[in-house]
Amino acid sequence: MKVTVAVNGTYYTREVEPRLLLSDFLRHELGLTGTHVGCEHGVCGACTVLVDGQAVRSCLTFAVQMDGAAVTTVEGLTPAEGELHPLQEAFREAHGLQCGFCTAGFLMTLVPYLAEHPNPSEAEIREALSGNICRCTGYQNIVKAVQLAAAKGGGR
Amino acid sequence: MKPAPFDYYAPATMGEVLALLREHGDAAKLLAGGQSLVPMLNMRLARPGVLIDLNRVAGLTGIRQEGDTLVIGAMTRHAEVERSELVARLQPLLTEAIAQVGHIQIRNRGTIGGSLVHADPSAELPAVLAALGGSVRVAGPAGVREVAAEDLFLMFFTTSLQPDEVLTEVRLPVLPARTGWAFEEVARRHGDFAIVGVAVTLTVADQRATKADDLVITGCRIALTGVGMTPVRAAAAEALLVGRPPSQAMLAEAAAAFRAEIEPDTDIHATADFRRHLAGVLTERALGRALQRAAERGGGR
Repeated sequence: MKVTVAVNGTYYTREVEPRLLLSDFLRHELGLTGTHVGCEHGVCGACTVLVDGQAVRSCLTFAVQMDGAAVTTVEGLTPAEGELHPLQEAFREAHGLQCGFCTAGFLMTLVPYLAEHPNPSEAEIREALSGNICRCTGYQNIVKAVQLAAAKGGGR
Repeated sequence: MKPAPFDYYAPATMGEVLALLREHGDAAKLLAGGQSLVPMLNMRLARPGVLIDLNRVAGLTGIRQEGDTLVIGAMTRHAEVERSELVARLQPLLTEAIAQVGHIQIRNRGTIGGSLVHADPSAELPAVLAALGGSVRVAGPAGVREVAAEDLFLMFFTTSLQPDEVLTEVRLPVLPARTGWAFEEVARRHGDFAIVGVAVTLTVADQRATKADDLVITGCRIALTGVGMTPVRAAAAEALLVGRPPSQAMLAEAAAAFRAEIEPDTDIHATADFRRHLAGVLTERALGRALQRAAERGGGR
């Protein structure tokens, strides 16, 4: 089936099998390997991307369903190579990652969250990131990174 | 972890959906938000030959009031229901319960109708529908019919909908005056399906017109998830409470009555004893919070 989808502001048209997951479409059809694939059944949050501005699990959506939609991946957070989004900057500064496998999913969950909640409490941050699993950090520094980004202006 | 091949249709109208269902019969599966179905496809626990995507069907979304009924389109996302001021005002039990469905990424995509027809025995929304005595509208070849909550859930993951029918609308009574509500659940991990969850509404009235804080319980509805194949109404506990003045001891007695009445199963998530224990504790806690809210909420909505 033919699908046309805007990913990070660029339109792509591809012929795909209906069973192709959005996560695999991004990685294998478009070469956007910043979106990571963890559990592939909607538990780990690693594959989180934005669809029309909202955080969704790309492993629980089919590429064919995205016809006409606007998808943002972690690659779309920054305009140019080498630059970091303020939230990415905060993750680096606060050591909000170790191996980095889960990081793209955390970022894509938290960017729309911070846009909507510029000054979250610690409890609210923990609630917001409860759908993403990190096996390295114990979440402590991720929470700190979000607080840092919020203090610097809502991560935007 | 990739789905088996299937044919995909994205119809634009309910007429096309019904025609596709008629054509493909049992081979077809309806795709709503996909937050339960797609994991099953990825793990190949389900291998339908045909997927009919409801996401582009006109007229299946939106939240509105029709007199004393709150009407929510089947394809309305959890996140929209959670944020709706209309829902919070007219049926706050749903607002409280839906925030416990999955995580935000799930709620951004999952739908209220999908959650109900999936009929997971540990899901939150079937218990809410049962506690409120709501109903659903179902479209099929013979037209539209209404199915009451008590007639909807047959057993694990099974509703009374026929293979050629589609849930189109969820209908919930507006919370009456002087009625409190509460949803309580215990899950192993945050955002998981509940081990046990309980949805409660409790209505009170003044016993004598002259003595405002002398209350009597005039209505009570309790439904639990995670203690049976379908949502379980706590009829004996409800009967125990209605017509009596509320007290913490009364609520504990009702919860104990319910705990004795249920026969939950042991599974990998919890033993039957643990589920029975949780059902008692959560029911008492939910009744207590509902009573407090009922007492605080004077007349009107």
